[in-house]
Order: sequence, then structure tokens, then C-alpha cells
Amino acid sequence: MPTLIVDDLTVDRGGRRVFAGLSFQLQAGHALVITGANGAGKSSLLRTLAGLISPAGGSMSLNGGDSERSLAEHAHYFGHESAVKRALPVRGNLEFWRDFTSPVQTEKFTPTTMQPMEILELLGIGHTADLPAAYLSAGQTRRLALARLFVSPRPLWLMDEPTSALDTASEAQLIGLMNTHLKNGGMIVTATHTELALSPVEPLHLSASIAGDEDAYEFGGTLEDYA
Amino acid sequence: MASWSSSLFRRELQLATRVGGSALVGVLFFLAVVTVIPFGVGPDLNLLARIGPAILWIGALLATLLGLDRLFQADRDDGSLDLLLMAGRPLELVVLIKCLAHWVATGLPLVAAAPVLAIFLNLEPTAIGAVTLTLLAGTPALTFIGAIGASLTVTLRRGGLLLAVLVVPLAIPVLIFGVSAADAAVSDPVPFLTPFLILCALTLIAGVIGPIASAAALRFSAD
Repeated sequence: MPTLIVDDLTVDRGGRRVFAGLSFQLQAGHALVITGANGAGKSSLLRTLAGLISPAGGSMSLNGGDSERSLAEHAHYFGHESAVKRALPVRGNLEFWRDFTSPVQTEKFTPTTMQPMEILELLGIGHTADLPAAYLSAGQTRRLALARLFVSPRPLWLMDEPTSALDTASEAQLIGLMNTHLKNGGMIVTATHTELALSPVEPLHLSASIAGDEDAYEFGGTLEDYA
Repeated sequence: MASWSSSLFRRELQLATRVGGSALVGVLFFLAVVTVIPFGVGPDLNLLARIGPAILWIGALLATLLGLDRLFQADRDDGSLDLLLMAGRPLELVVLIKCLAHWVATGLPLVAAAPVLAIFLNLEPTAIGAVTLTLLAGTPALTFIGAIGASLTVTLRRGGLLLAVLVVPLAIPVLIFGVSAADAAVSDPVPFLTPFLILCALTLIAGVIGPIASAAALRFSAD
């Protein structure tokens, strides 16, 4: 059973300790929802898991993953920036990420790989496929960025406020797609300010910390999830 | 490797040649630099013929620098750089392919424009051929060296100026051997091949060191 194991993780940014001694385990098929005030380190945690920030201490690994690949290469990062090239057509943007991102398979993870047009239709932007991405609205750009997660399957989704710029209907659709990903044996780590109807879900609350404060975070999962 | 690398190459080429890309701007800047020099030095045709190869080389160097600051910064601005780092592809190769595509989009037009601009400078046919050949062999080195500067300054908002300051000293050997090979082609006693082969060697060395150094800098830039 693939498990994301984070042990005693400490992250510094710009000489300031963001959080220290953070440990948790996340089983395949579960979502970890990170809450906390602005500046509590939610995005830093996600970017650390994505390999974009090197931690000051501790370890993180994916048990049962592809041993040839790093944790970051098992993950899709869905952050604030959409990584959409405005000059390229919508479909061109998506096809590039499909070809460029190496897909990763792990045991118990049975994703449904979609064709670019299929997922664009599903997300309701199929009619824009041949337009330059510059013509998309903020919400449509966001949906195009989301489509990237489906054309090249990876088990771990790191999502930083995934529902921002989405309308209510798209938000409900996104939650549905996230739940499908969990059912397929994927994992989600998401930072959010709004309630996300995911299941099964483990909460993790980060509170703005003082350097080295051992009680800087609270883990709300069940005992067996707590490491 | 074939499919992802050709996909990246195509994307870079498309981005460079679409609106907002730097392909055409470089050639226009090259044209501006080369046409402005005769106004500065005066209508002395012999002098122009003598310093012509150097002017073309300096023009090509400046025009190359002009487009380089967007090599990685455009990807950083929209979040693509994070995903390029996470994609599970060797970053050195990614940088190499980006450099090659950048050179095809911006360097190759400079090489193609050089014979036309050489006429403005009263170069004789042999010199035109020689300077075009040296530019063809040498401008990739400028792109590879420039990539190091581009990745070091990727986090800076106005990194273009710093990039030029960082890259110009490193580009001096390329300039020296490029111009001396072009000069050697017209002045008899010196063989053309010696400086030209050193120029080719510089390009090959830059093709190895540039992507490795640049990839290392990019890994740190994500923090």
C-alpha cells in the first residue's frame, strides 16, 4: 500500500523557520487537507513536498512508489500559477504537458488516463481547444491547468487552494474529480481556506509558529495515521 | 526521450516566433547596431571593411543577450518552471533543448542576416563567407553561456541588465576567436582553420558546461 511518509520535517524560508518537526503519514486513497492562517506554511509545505523547496531537516518519502523516482516525480503540483502559455492554443498547452511530464504508476493506483480533448470537454472548455489560451477567462485558465493532472497520471496531487477562481458548478465538479482520484488509489495533499467535501480525509492544521515551537502544528488524524 | 524532447523543442520554437517572442526583435536590433556604426565612424570604406567582422560579431553578441533574459524567466512567471523541474526529465537536457530552440529562433536569423548586413560594411565576398561561417559556429556558444546567466538571474525582476554584465566577460573568448578567424580568412599569412577550430571547440565546451551549470542554478532558484 503506497504511503506518503513525512517525518520530522523542518522548513526555513528566508532565514525564518516556517514549521518544525512536522510528521504525518498519508495512505493511498486518502486526502490530507491543510488548514491554517495566511503565512502558517501551507504553501511552503506543498512546495517542499513538490521538491521545490529543500527542507532544513527531516525526511519525506513515498513507500511503495517507483524507487527510481523522487517523491516530486510522483506528484502533480497544482499551485496558484496556471503554467499556461497564453500564446499557444489551449490544446497545444495541454499536449505539451502530456508529452513532457513522465507518467508514474504505483501499485493500487489505477488512474484513468484521458485524451486532451476528452478532459477539455469534461471540464467544459472543449469549444476553446483551438483558441490561443490568452482568450480564456481566469476560471477557464484554471480549468485548463487542472486538465494537466488527467492527461499524465501521477498518484500524488499537491493542490494549493484548488478552488480559487472557480464558480460553484466547477468547484463541485473539481471535488467530484478529486474524490474519483482518491477512489482510484491516488493521494491528495491540499491547502484550503474553504470546506472541501472530500472523503476519506485527514485534517492537518498549521498555526503560525514561533521558531522551533514543538506545538506549532496539530494533527487531527486518527492515531494510526499519526507517526 | 524522443517524444518529450521534440515536444519541448517545438513548444519553445512556437513561443519564440509567436507574438511577444524575441526572434524578430533580435534581428532588428542587430540591424540597428550594424547600421549605426558607419554613421559613427564615418564613410571610410577601407576602415569599415577592416573592422566589419568585429562589428558584426559585437552586434550578434548584443542581439543574443537581448533575448536571453526571457529564456527561463517567462517560464518562471507563469509557474511553468516549477513543473519543468518536477516533470522527471533530466534538467540538463531540458536546458540544452531550450538553448537549441532559442538559438534556432534567435541565433540562426542573425546568421542569416549577417551576409546582408556585411554588404553595408563593404566586406569582400571571402570575408562575408568567413564571418557568416564563424557566426554559425560561434553563436550557439553565446546562447549556452548566456543560459548560465539567465538561470542565475531568473529570480530577479530586472535581471536582463545583470545578465549582460555576467555574460559578456564569459563571451570574450568566443568573440576573440570568432573575429580572428574571420580576419584570418582575408589576411593571408594567418590560417583560417586554427582560430576557427578553437571557436568550434569553445562552442562544444559551452554546450556541455552551459546546460550543467544552468541546471544547477535553476534547481536552487526554485526555493
